Amino acid sequence: MTTALKLSNINKRYGDVSALLDINLEVNDGEFFSLLGPSGSGKTTCLKVIAGFEIPDTGEINLFGEDVSSIPPFNRDVNTVFQDYALFPHMNVKDNIAYSLKIKKIPKIEQEHLIEEILLTVKLHGYEQRKPSELSGGQRQRVALARSLINKPKVLLLDEPLGALDLKLREQMQIELKNLQRQFQITFIYVTHDQQEAMSMSDRIAIFNEGKIEQIDTPNNIYNKPKTAFVADFIGTTSIILKSNALKYFHYESSFSLRPEFIFINSDQNHDFNIEAQISDVQYQGSFYKILFKTNELELTSFFYPKTNQILDLTLGTKCKLSWDKKNITNLNE
Amino acid sequence: MSNFSNYLFKNKHLLLLFFLLPPLLWLSIIYLGSLLVFLFHSFFYLDGFTGKIVYKISLNTIIELFSSAANIDILIRTTILAAFVSIGAAIIGFPIAYYMAKFTSPKMKIFFYLAIMLPLWSSYLVRVYSWKLILAKEGILNWFFSKLHATWILDFILSMPVIGGPSLSISYLGMFLVFTYIWLPFMILPIHASLERVPNSLINASYDLGASKRQTFYKVILPLALPGIAAGSIFTFSLTLGDYIIPYIIGTSKFFIGQAVYTHQGVAGNIPLAAAFSLVPIAIMTIYIYVAKKLGAFNAL
Amino acid sequence: MSQKNWGHLMPSKKAFNLKKASLSLKLGAIIGILFLHIPLFLIILYAFTTEDKSYQFPPPGYTLKWFSIVLGREDIWSAVYLSIHVALVSTFAAIILGTLAAAALYKADFFGKQSITLLIILPIALPGIITGISLRSAYGVVGIPFSTWTIIISHATFCMVVVYNNVVARLRRTSPNIIQASMDLGANNFQTFFYIILPNLGTAILAGGMLAFALSFDEVIVTTFTAGQQTTLPIWMLSELIRPRQRPITNVVAVFIICITFIPILYASYVTRNTTDIEGSSK
Repeated sequence: MTTALKLSNINKRYGDVSALLDINLEVNDGEFFSLLGPSGSGKTTCLKVIAGFEIPDTGEINLFGEDVSSIPPFNRDVNTVFQDYALFPHMNVKDNIAYSLKIKKIPKIEQEHLIEEILLTVKLHGYEQRKPSELSGGQRQRVALARSLINKPKVLLLDEPLGALDLKLREQMQIELKNLQRQFQITFIYVTHDQQEAMSMSDRIAIFNEGKIEQIDTPNNIYNKPKTAFVADFIGTTSIILKSNALKYFHYESSFSLRPEFIFINSDQNHDFNIEAQISDVQYQGSFYKILFKTNELELTSFFYPKTNQILDLTLGTKCKLSWDKKNITNLNE
Repeated sequence: MSNFSNYLFKNKHLLLLFFLLPPLLWLSIIYLGSLLVFLFHSFFYLDGFTGKIVYKISLNTIIELFSSAANIDILIRTTILAAFVSIGAAIIGFPIAYYMAKFTSPKMKIFFYLAIMLPLWSSYLVRVYSWKLILAKEGILNWFFSKLHATWILDFILSMPVIGGPSLSISYLGMFLVFTYIWLPFMILPIHASLERVPNSLINASYDLGASKRQTFYKVILPLALPGIAAGSIFTFSLTLGDYIIPYIIGTSKFFIGQAVYTHQGVAGNIPLAAAFSLVPIAIMTIYIYVAKKLGAFNAL
Repeated sequence: MSQKNWGHLMPSKKAFNLKKASLSLKLGAIIGILFLHIPLFLIILYAFTTEDKSYQFPPPGYTLKWFSIVLGREDIWSAVYLSIHVALVSTFAAIILGTLAAAALYKADFFGKQSITLLIILPIALPGIITGISLRSAYGVVGIPFSTWTIIISHATFCMVVVYNNVVARLRRTSPNIIQASMDLGANNFQTFFYIILPNLGTAILAGGMLAFALSFDEVIVTTFTAGQQTTLPIWMLSELIRPRQRPITNVVAVFIICITFIPILYASYVTRNTTDIEGSSK
C-alpha cells in the first residue's frame, strides 16, 4: 500500500503553548483518515501544517515520498475545504470553481468541460451564476468541495466541513462525502470534533489531545480497545475504574475501561466481576435507558434495554447487582 | 516572480515590511519629523531685543506661557468652552443616536445614517458660514423671534454677562452654538455604535425584572452608552480646543488657544510660544484619552 | 415570594414595546436632525436672494443672476481647479499609503503596532493648526518653496487615515480563510493579491477614496499654512468669511462646495451599502 502522507516529529509552538507535540502519523493512499479531538487539541493546526499555512518548528511533511516541508501552499498538491467554506464573495459559483484552473492557465475549452463535470458531480447544475451570498449552507459546502476537487488533488483536507450544517443535512452530507471519496479515490484527511461523524465515516482515526496524538486506529479498535483513559472517555460512554479501586474492589491489577453495554444488571449467571450499586440517575434515550450507578467510590454507567422478559425497578436508590466479564474490559495505560 | 512569492511566503516579516514601509516612512519623516521639530521649539525662546529665536534649550517659553495671566485666561477659556460644547453635543446628539439605534426600521436607519454622514463630511467652512447667515442681526433667528414678538427674550439673553454680547454673531453663546453644530456628528456616531451593541433582550430583561421605563433608562441604557459619549467627547473636546476659525469669525476679540497659536507663529513670529501653546491641547487630550481608555471608550469606536 | 407578588410585575412586561419610541424621544431626534440640516438649506436659499448687502431674512426676492456671474469669474474657477487637482492627487497618494498600512496592520501583531496605528490617526486627531504649522516650518527648514505639491503632501498625510479606516474595517470583516483558500488553490502572493484581496477591498478603497477626496477638497486650516500665495476654493471662501465683500458670490460658491462634496459622500455610502449584509450572511 502506498503511503500518501507521512508526518514525522512535527512540533509547533505558539509562544509558551505547544500546539503540536511530536506528531507522527502515516496516512495510506485512498484512506479516509480523521483527526478527532476536542477544540484546542491541535487537530486544526495539524491540518494547517499539512496544507502549508503553518510552518512547523521541527519535523518533516512527506507527500507520496516527497518532502514538501518547505513548499508553500500554492505549490503543494493538497487542497483544503475550509470550515467557513472561504468562498470568494465577489465571484459567482462558476468563477469560484474555475479559480484554480485559471491560475494554472488551463485552456478555456477544457475548463468548461471540467466545470460541467464537477457541477454534475456535486449536484450544483444551474447555480453557476449565483453569488455565494445567494446560496444555502449546504450549497456553499458543495461549491467549496467542487472548488477543491476540480484540481484532483492527491490529498483533500477537510476542516470540520459539516460543522455549520443542521443535523439532517449533516447526515446526508456524510453519505455524499463518503461517496465522493470512493468516486475520486482521493485520500481524505478530515478534521472533526464530532466522534459520531469520525466513527461512521473514517477508515482510521487519530485522536488528538493537548497537542499530542493519543491513539491512531480503526474506529472499531478505538472504541473497543482504547489505549488511554482519555480515548476511552472521549469516545462513546464508558466507566473508568482506576487502579486503586480496581485493586480494592476486584483485586484486579490495572486501571480499566468498561463499556455500558457489557454490564449485566441483576444477572443470575456467573461473571468475573460483581458489585452491588445504587441507581443514582436515569436518562430515557428512546430505545433504551442510560442508568448511572453509584457505590461509595465508584460510578458506573450502563444501558438498559427494556425487554418483555425483564422488569427493572428504575426508582432512584434501588440496589442492583452489576456484573461483567474480563474479556469485555480494556486495560488502560496510566 | 513565483520564486520571489515563494520567498515572501516564508518570510512573512519581509512581506509586512514591504507593505508597511511606504506609509511608515511618509508619516515618520514628513509628519512626525515636522511635528516634533515644531513642538521642540517650545524649549527655545525668542530674544526680546532682536526678535530672533534663540536655539538654546531652556524653559523660558514654558514659564512665559504659564506666568502670564492673559495666557492662563486663554487656556481656561478654551477648556471651559470645549467642555460645554461636549456636553451640549451629548445632550443634542443622544436622542438621535438612541432613536437611530433602537427604534428605526433598516430603511430609516440608512436615512438617519446619511443625515449624519453628510454634515460630517461636508465642508466645515460652508457650515460655519451658514451660521453667519443665521446669527446675523437681519438673519433668520432674529426674524423668528420678532415674528413671535419675543425679541425681548433674545435681548435678555444677550444682556447676560459672559455668554452675551452685542449680537449673537459676536458672543460666546453664538460660538457655543456653532461649535456644537459643527462637531455634533462626531458625538452621534460613537453613541449610536455603543447603543447598537446593547442587545434588546437586555432592555427587556430590565423591564421584566420590574424596572420602569425611567429606571431602565438611567440604570441600564445610559451607563451602557457612557463609553460612546466618552468617545464622542474626545472628538468634540479636541476639535474645539484646536480650532481658530470659529472664534475668529463668530467670536469676540478675546482669544482662544488656536488663535493664540496662529497669531504667535504668524504676526509675532514667536514660534517657541506658539509651540508651547500647542503643547497644552496635546497634553489635555493625552490625559483625557488615557482616562477615557480606562472607561472603555475605545471599544465604542 | 408569593404568587401574588409576581403578579403585579406582569403588566410592565407587556407594556414595553421596543418598536415604539416615546414622543419626547421622537421629538428630540427630529429636532436634532433639523438642527443638523436647516443651516445647509438656508445656504441654498440664500444663493437665490436678490439682496447683496446683508443677510436679510426672508430674502426680499429671488434671482438666478449670481450663478451666471460666478460662472464668469476666472478667480473662482482657478481656485476650483486647484482644489480638485490637489484633492485628486492627494487622494491617490492616500489610497496607496492607507491601503498598504491597512494590509500590514489589520492582523499582524508586533512590537510597536499600537504606536504605528496612533501615528496614522494623529494627523487627523491633532488640531489642524498644529499639523499646518509643523509642516510649514518643516518646508521652510528644508527649503521647499510653496507649490501645489506642498499642499498635496500635507493633504495626503491626513487623508491616509480615512482610507486606512475603511480598508481595515473591510479586512476585519473578510474571512481570513479566503486568502488561504486562494493560496491553497495554487495562487501565489501576487495572484492572491490581484485576484482576491484587491477585488474584495475594491469598494472599501473606493469609499475611502471618496471620503478622502471630500476631506481634501474642503480642508482649509492645513492648507492655509502650506499653500503660500495659492488660493484653493476653501481659502477663497475663508477670506470672504473674514471680510465679506461679495456676499451673493460667496453664497453660490458655498452651494457649489456642498454639491461637490455631497456627491462623493453619497457615492461612498452607495458602494458600501450592501457590504455588511453580504459579509454578515456568509458567516
